[in-house]
Amino acid sequence: MASETAREDQRPGASKERLDREFSDLYRAHLRDVYSYAYYRVGNHHDAEDLTEQTFLQAYRHFERAQRESDGRPLRPWLIRIAHNLAANFYRDRSRRPESPLEDASIVSAPHTTEGLVEGREELGRIIECVSKLPDDRREALIMRFSLGMDNREIARALGRSDGATKVLIHRAIKQLEATMKTEGT
Amino acid sequence: MSARPEFEGLLERALAPVEPPPALCDRVERRLTGLTEMAAEELDAWELAAMRDPRNWVRPAAAVAVGTAAGAALVLVRARQRQRARRRGAGAWDELLTRAGGSAREFAADARKLLRRPGDSR
Repeated sequence: MASETAREDQRPGASKERLDREFSDLYRAHLRDVYSYAYYRVGNHHDAEDLTEQTFLQAYRHFERAQRESDGRPLRPWLIRIAHNLAANFYRDRSRRPESPLEDASIVSAPHTTEGLVEGREELGRIIECVSKLPDDRREALIMRFSLGMDNREIARALGRSDGATKVLIHRAIKQLEATMKTEGT
Repeated sequence: MSARPEFEGLLERALAPVEPPPALCDRVERRLTGLTEMAAEELDAWELAAMRDPRNWVRPAAAVAVGTAAGAALVLVRARQRQRARRRGAGAWDELLTRAGGSAREFAADARKLLRRPGDSR
C-alpha cells in the first residue's frame, strides 16, 4: 500500500495535483479571512471582491515556493501580506482612499444576533468610523487582530515586523482609538 | 475591573468577520480552476515540445558529455595510479600480474559502464 502511494507520487504531474489540492484547502480555509481583511481595508464590496480574487491568484502563482519556505508554519500571514501589498498598490495606482469608512456599516453586524444589532449598532458604527481614521499600520493591525483573530506573531509576519514592535503597535492603536472615541463622543 | 477588555470586546463585535458573497466564491474558483487546467496543459505541451525540439537536447547532451569525459578521466587516473604503484612496488611477478589483470578488468568494467546509455538495463 505504501509502495503504491510512493509510486503514485512519482508519476508525472502527481506533485502538481498534490499542490493544487493543498492550495484548494488553503483557499477554503482562508477565503473569509482574506475577504474580511479586504473589506475593512478598502471599505466597499466591489473592491474587496477584486482584491480577494487577486490575492488568491497571486498566492497560487507563488504557492509552491511559499510552502517550501514556510517550514511548516501557517500560511495565513503570507496570504494577508499579499492582500496588504495589493491593497497598498490599489491605493497608490488609483490615488484614492475609501471616502466613507464602509459602504454599508450594517454588514459588520451580519454574524450578530438581531438584539445585539439593534442595541449596539450605533456604537459599533462609531468604532468602525474611528478605526478608519487611524494610520494605515495601526488600522491594519486592529483588523488582523479583531476581525481575523490573528495573534501577535501572525500579525508580525504579515506586516513584516518583529513580535515586540507588533505588540507595541496594537497597544498604541487601541489607545489612540479609545482617545479618538472619547474626543468624538464629547 | 479594567475597561480595556470591554473595549476590545466592542472592537471584536465592530470588526466581525464578513462572509464573502457566494458569487465571489464561484468567480475565484472558476479563475483558479482555469489557471490549474491551463498550467497542466502548458506543462504537457512543454514536455512534448521539449522532447521534440533539438535545442532542448543541448543541456542533457552537454551533461552526458561532461559526465563521460569526467568518467573517462577518472578511469585513466586510476589506471595511472595503479601503474605507478606497480612500478614503485616492483614486487613479485605473480603479484604484478594479478594487479595488472585486476586493473585491466576494472578498466574494462568502468569503460562498459560509461558507454552504457541511461535506461539501458544490460
